[in-house]
Order: sequence, then C-alpha cells, then structure tokens
Amino acid sequence: MTTVVSTRPAPTAPPTGLAADRPTPSERRAGRLLTAPFLVIYLLFLVGPLLVGVVLSFFNTTTVKSGLGDFVGLSNYREVLGDSLFWESMWHSVLFTLLTTPPLVILALGVAILASRIRRGRLFYRIAFFLPYVVPSSVVTLVFLWMYTPQIGLIPKVFDAVGLPVPDFIGSTSGGWTAVVLMTVWWTFGFNFVLYTAAIQDVPADVYEAAAIDGASPWQQIRHITVPLLGRTTSLVLILQILASLKVFDQIYQLLGGGPNQSTRPVIEYIYDTGFTAYRGGYGAAATMVYFVIIVAISAAWYGLRRRRATSSAA
Amino acid sequence: MTTITQPQTAEPKGAVNGAKLFNRLCAVCLTLFALIWLVPFVWALITSLRDDASITQSPTSIFAGGWSLDAYSTAWDNHPIGTWYLNSLVISVLAVIFTVAFCSMAGFALAFLRFRGRGLVMAVATAGLMLPTEALVLPQFIEYRSFHLLGTFWALVLPSVAAPISVFVFHSFFRGIPTALIEAARIDGASWWRVYANVCMPICRPAVSTVAILTFISSWNAFLWPLLVLSQTKSQTIPVGLASLVDPSSPQYAEVMASSVLGFIPLIAVFLVFQRQIVQGIATTGIK
Repeated sequence: MTTVVSTRPAPTAPPTGLAADRPTPSERRAGRLLTAPFLVIYLLFLVGPLLVGVVLSFFNTTTVKSGLGDFVGLSNYREVLGDSLFWESMWHSVLFTLLTTPPLVILALGVAILASRIRRGRLFYRIAFFLPYVVPSSVVTLVFLWMYTPQIGLIPKVFDAVGLPVPDFIGSTSGGWTAVVLMTVWWTFGFNFVLYTAAIQDVPADVYEAAAIDGASPWQQIRHITVPLLGRTTSLVLILQILASLKVFDQIYQLLGGGPNQSTRPVIEYIYDTGFTAYRGGYGAAATMVYFVIIVAISAAWYGLRRRRATSSAA
Repeated sequence: MTTITQPQTAEPKGAVNGAKLFNRLCAVCLTLFALIWLVPFVWALITSLRDDASITQSPTSIFAGGWSLDAYSTAWDNHPIGTWYLNSLVISVLAVIFTVAFCSMAGFALAFLRFRGRGLVMAVATAGLMLPTEALVLPQFIEYRSFHLLGTFWALVLPSVAAPISVFVFHSFFRGIPTALIEAARIDGASWWRVYANVCMPICRPAVSTVAILTFISSWNAFLWPLLVLSQTKSQTIPVGLASLVDPSSPQYAEVMASSVLGFIPLIAVFLVFQRQIVQGIATTGIK
C-alpha cells in the first residue's frame, strides 16, 4: 500500500497499447457513453452550484421566493467585506482550526506509533479509536451534551476529580470552545490515526532491523526513523485537517447553536443564518464566494507547494 | 494490509529486555487510552438502560440500578424513528448504487478508452477534488429549488454521485488490470460494455466495496444538507431527526440516550462487518 499520499491522480498519459493506431469509432463512442452519466451529474450538481453562486452574489435574491431579484452589482461583496459579523465568524472558523489541528495531528501520530509496536489487539484499537468517526454528529452531540451537563455530567466530575476548575461548557465562550474541541478530538482523530497507521505499515521492516543491529533504542528508532519517514503523510494529514476544520458547522451548531451570543458561530453558520434565517440569498452567496476563495486558495497553495517539492526532489 | 513491522526481531540479546519492556509500556498506555475513548459509548448505553428516577438520583454511578428498557419504547413511540431509519436507508442505498454505477463507468472509460474530451474530463474531475462542496450549500439550495428537487430523496442522492473522488478510486484500480486481459476479451468479440461489466467489475470488487461503504457512511451521516433539503419531520433522516430531540427544558436523559444508541447501532454494525474495507478505503483514497 504505497497509495496513502496519492491524492494526485495518475498521470494522464495514454493508458494502454491496446491498439497502437488510432482509436476506433466504437471505442470513442463507448468512452463518451460511459463517462456521460457521471459527467452530466457532475457538471449539473457540483459545478452548477458554483456558477449559480457567482451569479446570485450579484443580485438581491431572497431565499423565500424564486427568481433572482434586482441586480446590485458588487454591493453584496462590499457589504460582506465590511461586515464585522462576517469576519468574526470567519475568525471563529480559523480559531477552531487552530485549536483542533495540533491535537488531532499529534495525537493521531502518537497513538499510531504506539499501536504499530503492538501486534495483538489491533481490532480492539481500531474499534476504540476509529468507531467514533463513523457515528453521525448529532448522536455524538447528544451523548456529549449529557456528559457536559453541569454538576451531574461525567466530564465536569472528571475535571473536578483532577482538580481543574470546571468550565461552564455550554454557557460560556471559553467553556464552549473547550467543549467543542474535546468532542471533535474524540470524534474525528480516528481518521488521521488510520492514515498514519497505513503509512507506518509502508515503512520497510529492514530499516528497523538495521537500526536495531546498530544498537538504536526503540525511542531512537521512533525519533529518527518513523517520524521523519512520515513527513509526507504528516503534510497530507495536516492539509486535510485544516480544510476539514475550516468547514466546521455540525458540532458547533448542534452543541452550542453558535452561542453564547454568537461568540462561537463559524462562518458556515453565518452563511446559513443570512441565507435561511434572514432569507438574504444574494448576500449569503457573496459571503459564500469570499469564504470559498479562501478555502480554494489554501488548498491550491498546498497543491503547488507539493508539486514543486516533488519536482525538485525528482530533479 | 501488509504485515506489521517487528522492530525487536533482529536485536542482540542484551537489548531484548529493554525493547520488550518498552513495547509492554506502549501496550499499557495504549490500552488505557483506548478504554477512555470507549467511555462515551458505554456511558450512553448504560444511561439508556436505566430509568429516569435512578438517573436523577445518581447520574454518574454505573451500578445504581433501576434497569429498564422503557427508554427505548418511549423513544420509539414519541418520535418517528422507524421512518427516519427507512429514509436514511433508502437515501444511502440509492446513493451507493448510483455512485458505484456511474463512477465506475467513468473510471473505466478514463482508464482504458481513448475518446475526444478525455483529457478535459480528467482535468475537470481533478479540479473537482479541490472544490469544498460543503461551502456551497446556499447556491446549491437555490439551484435544487429551481429544479424542484427540494424535499425529494434525489436532492440527497445526487451530490454524492457528483463526487470525483469515487471516479479516481475506480480509475486507479482499473489501471492495475493487465491490458492483455482486456485485449483478449476484445479479440474474443466482447463489446466495451461487456469488458467493463463482465471482466473489469468482478476484478475490482475491493474498489466497489471501498466506494460503496464510504458513500454509505457519508450519506448516512450527512447533516447540514439534509437539514436544509428535507424540511418535514416525517421525511427527515436519522441524524437530522435525532438533532431535533435536544430539549433543554425537560431533559429525558434515558430517552435521549436510547435514541442516540439507536442512532449509532447500525453504524457500529456496518463498521464491525466492513472495518477492514473501511480502513483500507480511507488509507487508499487519503480523502474523505
């Protein structure tokens, strides 16, 4: 399994030497027919919303009735860029990313390294760490809400027992962030754990054997072999985590409703609120586009960086 | 999965004990950690099996007694959980069928067939890998409304079919098939369609199960989009329906926990049956 980091699709060179000459009409027809269903749905429902969003953002559309409404030019964008509430919600998404990314990456790496040294009970660890990831966010929220309940919940009791001050998990801003981060780490770190586990298994055993013969202790092996060899995986895990965290909505919306006083409201909830509570479709679309550009810029930057590193190391 | 590395096999005698001790220490830490990680599940399960009186008296005690299955029957009676299950099931199964069919066809064509626009399709699909679709819910909503798809199950099925990642999973599996096999089938007079359906698809069962399971889980768990699209209580999916149960004024803990348990049980079942494929699928795609 060397495909962990193959997010870049295979090169588009002509695949086969089936017939060295030109493709027959039947081959061409088959190619078009077989790609058509996917392509139609892809263009309509993935590219479509993007174009609709661009158009909407220039109109004063409402979400209550159909039709575009009046053309307003760039005024939606001007309003979004000048709206402090938008930037606050944007900052909340960034803050969430800053708070969740380090624990989710470091914990996943650490646990995956520990798990790789143990031969028995792999299924058990896989269940314990990865099972939460396949459970719907609303179920996770229901369980954690009950665990966060003041006085009687399990987590306040644990905080109390350890001697930490018990934060107001649902009612205060800092407590809310703690609650959301704890819950997210529990819920999603298994995904990164799986990526790391697969990558560790790709490290050839004789590297360790050679190191062990040279007298390297287990700790030295981890520090000087495992972690460095996982560099590419770490960069993949990091970018996937950043992009996933920037898209946060489910947990915060369900656990805190973006509260107290919208102090934890992420940007997707801002778009949701303007579009579906205030019914300002055009304005929400403009906010969508600003946010969209930021996300695409981040992933494009990562993509370009990796391309460049890949070509420079090949040269 | 390949075998795990065994760092201690080739060690000289003196170092064995240290390495062994280290590994044992790792095992202890990891097991403790794993047990902590299982607490929320166990806690939810136990709470759901107790009656409200004993929960209010001693909420965190596991052994306080008052065992009953009442919470499950009240949860089932008070909320249309059966309907939610059915909705989730229909939507996820439809999503799986269409995604596997359409994306494997496209993956096959891109891997083996030469036709005009092939490079373009490839480029467009690659670009699609970077599109953060979750960010586009608002224009998506407006578009689906103008197609009169709101409130229908198609609104939930179509977005998962439009995910290019599934095409690439199939594409990379198909490219592992030796071309001699396909040439032989062609010489025997099989049409391209038959090569796809009778030669390539059976070989690519791992790809089929990977795409099927990941599609199933992600469409079963989707929250924001079904929340927007299915506005009636009766037509909701399990995750959206369960989210509506939070009522801070009257916390019926046992009932809420019973509903949560009902919400995670099917996924635990799917996970336990297919855990190998799920884990392998995530490892091979590297992308949700």
